[in-house]
Amino acid sequence: MAWQQPMDGSHASGSKAAAAVADGPGTQRTQYPYVTGSSIIALKYKDGVIMASDTGASYGSTLRYKSVERIKAVGKHSLIGASGEFSDFQEILRYLDELTLSDHMWDDGNSLGPKEVHSYLTRVMYNRRNKFDPLWNSLVIGGVKKGPKGEEKYLGMVNMIGTHFEENHIATGFGNHMAIPILRTEWREDMTFEEAVKLVEKCLLVLLYRDRSSINKFQIAKITTEGATIYPPYSLKTYWGFAAFENPAQGAVGSW
Amino acid sequence: MSSIGTGYDLSVTTFSPDGRVFQVEYATKAVDNSGTVVGIKCKDGIVLGVEKLVTSKMMLEGSNRRIHSVHWHSGLAVAGLAADGRQIVSRAKSEAASYEKVYGEPISVKELADRVASYVHLCTLYWWLRPFGCGVILGGYDRDGPQLYMIEPSGVSYKYFGAALGKGRQAAKTEIEKLKLSELTCREGIVEVAKIIYGVHDEAKDKAFELELSWICDESNRQHQKVPADLLEQAKVAAQAALEEMDAD
Repeated sequence: MAWQQPMDGSHASGSKAAAAVADGPGTQRTQYPYVTGSSIIALKYKDGVIMASDTGASYGSTLRYKSVERIKAVGKHSLIGASGEFSDFQEILRYLDELTLSDHMWDDGNSLGPKEVHSYLTRVMYNRRNKFDPLWNSLVIGGVKKGPKGEEKYLGMVNMIGTHFEENHIATGFGNHMAIPILRTEWREDMTFEEAVKLVEKCLLVLLYRDRSSINKFQIAKITTEGATIYPPYSLKTYWGFAAFENPAQGAVGSW
Repeated sequence: MSSIGTGYDLSVTTFSPDGRVFQVEYATKAVDNSGTVVGIKCKDGIVLGVEKLVTSKMMLEGSNRRIHSVHWHSGLAVAGLAADGRQIVSRAKSEAASYEKVYGEPISVKELADRVASYVHLCTLYWWLRPFGCGVILGGYDRDGPQLYMIEPSGVSYKYFGAALGKGRQAAKTEIEKLKLSELTCREGIVEVAKIIYGVHDEAKDKAFELELSWICDESNRQHQKVPADLLEQAKVAAQAALEEMDAD
């Protein structure tokens, strides 16, 4: 995962400390994250956008925190989910609080929707990357707001480099590899909430099996015209009796 | 005016021999000539109301607002020079924001009133500054419930059950005193405030005015907001009806 290693990959094992030592005059900036959250899964469904993640945060490869919320509501129409550095996410939430406060104080009957929040975050992320001091996250923004074409669903993401796009379904981190193929084959525009939950749980379960930094405590959130709902965490039933789990070495060409 | 020509009224840094600061008193005059501003503390929240005098028929309705939000939970109504008021509003906003940044919780209404009052007072201490030509009524909601403060150009700030500034303040205050504020809800309060403002409005001297109303209560999610358009309309209708009834008697 991009946010777990420096871009050149040269500090992959043990030499992280060296990266933090200044090798000349000048300032040192963030070169790697400390406490990280894993994947976010999000997709549009019939009534809005659903977003899901586990509630873990790792200190390096140690599962250090087991009940942190990585999905939050922003303003009246949006949800934000974050993988990557947790403290950077908290800082971003402070920026967003500032943004929604000034939006409130105008009191002009307008409010920032997911489109605007996404656009704002793309500027923040790209600006920080250009200072060589990135906010080490992949952010997913989902929401519903009335637009010229009626109720418009919105789902987009932006990463630490500033790359940003809109999609019908998004998965960050390991999910980008493991969940996207599932979403591509099974996602439909007119899914009910129940179907969307099922699909999201399927993705989460695959990640739980394959992503060592994921944990079995999940949180689902939705945003519709009624507003944001963030559900309390729960666990999924797992089955570890698959033959491939019991004898992982079988059929593997390598030495393990 | 006994102060004129004595030489003691040119600076805020000079007292008159009988211990007055005339510049501050002149600033108060600017407030007294303004459209009436009313604030009341109801049992479940705060209502602020302004008689915004419209100087030109070509002015767009809703412009030059005199009630401003300064945080999620507090709002400020300005009497006197509107431009001076915006300076105070901007200070109140930044005080509220910086408090929350430092202490991680929203500023209490008392603390906000104190800080804004200090700022207003500051401008009465230096010869190169002019006191603010406006008074403000600050309403807010915090863990101690709804609260109302009034800050005058001199920098004094007191906590009130009901407060009024501007031309019609005397009449407005007598009307507020008649209200049972401890039993009044904000929903009823907005009608009462509308009645007061319509009542004190002097048709002969000032022709057009626009009623501006805001509230902070459970119905507004304990956030400071303009009163919704439909309720504002109802309040206006009730106020006009009450006026006609009075005229009929």
